[in-house]
Amino acid sequence: MTYIYLQPYNGCDNNIIDEIAKRLMNTINIDVKILPSIEEPVYAFDPVRNQYHSTKILSYIVGNHNNSALRTIGIIGVDLFIPILTYVFGEAQLDGKAAIVSGARLKQEYYGLKPDKKLYIERLFKEVMHELGHTFGLTHCELPHCVMHLSNNVAGIDKKTSNFCENHREQFIKRLKELEREYGK
Amino acid sequence: MGNKPHIIIVDDEEIVRTSLSSWLIEDGYDVVAVASGKQAIEELHKCHCDLMLVDLKMPEMDGLELMKEVKKFLPDMPIIIMTAYATVDTAVKAIKEGAFDYLMKPFDPEEISITIKKIIKQQMLEQENLYLRKELSKQFQFHQLYSKNKKMQEIFELIKTVAKTDVTVLIHGETGTGKELIARAIHAESSRKDKPFIAVSCASLTETLLESELFGHEKGAFTGAATMAKGMFEMADKGTIFLDEIGDISPKLQMDLLRVLETKEIVRIGSSLPIPVDVRVIAATNKDLLKAIEKGTFREDLYYRLNVITIDIPPLRERPEDIPLLVEHMIERVNLETGKSVKRVSEDAMALLIQYKWPGNIRELKNVIERSVVLAKDNVITVNEVGPCVSRGIKDPESVKDMSLESVEKNHIARVLNDNNWNISISAQILGIDRTTLYNKIKKYNLQQNSN
Repeated sequence: MTYIYLQPYNGCDNNIIDEIAKRLMNTINIDVKILPSIEEPVYAFDPVRNQYHSTKILSYIVGNHNNSALRTIGIIGVDLFIPILTYVFGEAQLDGKAAIVSGARLKQEYYGLKPDKKLYIERLFKEVMHELGHTFGLTHCELPHCVMHLSNNVAGIDKKTSNFCENHREQFIKRLKELEREYGK
Repeated sequence: MGNKPHIIIVDDEEIVRTSLSSWLIEDGYDVVAVASGKQAIEELHKCHCDLMLVDLKMPEMDGLELMKEVKKFLPDMPIIIMTAYATVDTAVKAIKEGAFDYLMKPFDPEEISITIKKIIKQQMLEQENLYLRKELSKQFQFHQLYSKNKKMQEIFELIKTVAKTDVTVLIHGETGTGKELIARAIHAESSRKDKPFIAVSCASLTETLLESELFGHEKGAFTGAATMAKGMFEMADKGTIFLDEIGDISPKLQMDLLRVLETKEIVRIGSSLPIPVDVRVIAATNKDLLKAIEKGTFREDLYYRLNVITIDIPPLRERPEDIPLLVEHMIERVNLETGKSVKRVSEDAMALLIQYKWPGNIRELKNVIERSVVLAKDNVITVNEVGPCVSRGIKDPESVKDMSLESVEKNHIARVLNDNNWNISISAQILGIDRTTLYNKIKKYNLQQNSN
């Protein structure tokens, strides 16, 4: 039986991670296992930018990926960046082993608004689906409702659905079958 | 779906190359990242590129130098200059030198995403525009003739009608209006199109030579006639003969020609044997044949024989709307012949071309474009190239009525400078301004001394 790992970092709400795992299983029909939380990645902290370098975190997750799982998706509460961009919601290895998703900018309170847990879970789930899609080799989608549509702000995330468009769903399933064959050997 | 847009990233910092390229690859682009300007130029020679993201500060060749080099062979390449140390000065300089945009590192993901999408969309629109313009220009093309002018369009229709018959056609038009091209179009539209089309310039030969050229001669017909030779009429059998500058032929030849038209037979010089010929005759002149009849230099009966159908070609000055269309086709042709890749004519230069009176008509325009393509820098024909050729025609105040004040000023200054060999003191005196003001205007309008 193939499965995906969720790798939460300290500070993540366990109930929210459980909810994400449940929704993931329902949506993509793959078993999801949750790994024990790990320490915040101090090695990736940039004091000048006061953010965490997502590529360094991603390298760590890739390095510790257990090959018994198809993919490992990290979930972290801190704000992420890559050197050329002011921030990222997440980063993935395109058609690779792992991805990392940050919840920092997905919370209403980041924008000075009242906390909204339901909305936060919705956004976090969409970003997990989006980065997971990248690890299955999917690139961005032109269709605004597809979860693979590029969103550079929360308004954009709120506009799209939490599922793949028909074309991306087909691509996802095709890649999943290939991986299952590889893992079945 | 078309192919993925191709982006080249040029940055000496590896971390920028990797993070930007992986982000753009996720966004569905084909990305190549290189570390120097030299590598970027090599890459551009190897593959198609839709957009370049270029770092401003790089060792050896910096971003602005690279942009200059690229614009030399790819003038329309959109380039985004990236920098970590943005100043207003460098931003202005980059945009002035042709950068599409100027972004400060690190980028806001939204900003970079929108900028790239804007460029790709603009490029798609430009390609579509180019395609539509080509399709549209086909509507204005009739064989080798290009025109959107109403009178010319009527001529194209008339050609289609007369081509179906064998009637004689007289083409009247100023020198350089393309009389032979009209004749060739009639031939090409007719059932004779697979047979010869023979053009004879009647003014370039003496009477006896022309007679021999047209009708041929028997062996020994005159001194030097060592062998029998067929004339143009015989060679054009079943086809078309085009007699250019018919107004210049002698009275004797006029009579001979009239006989051929009436009997459809020719007699070679030195023979009395008539040879039947099946030839369609198209004649052309830039002269007023009715006046020549009045003066007694042209036979009235021949005139009426030739003038079954008359096509009067309007001079180029009466169809200025055709100039951009003609220029576009001429540039395309000269590019092919010379291996240059001139893209367009600047607005100011086109305004000059449209206002000029073109006494030599299309032939003169062709010469000006050929010269301008050869001299053009950065693949754009500017006032510097066309100005010296056409400025003498812009004297009529009416001709500048649609020009902006700035364009008139720029053209006037360029003309005065050229007329006075770029002597600043004399030019300033003529223009009634001091030398400093003239220098400032030269700088403002980017005027350059033409080598010619």
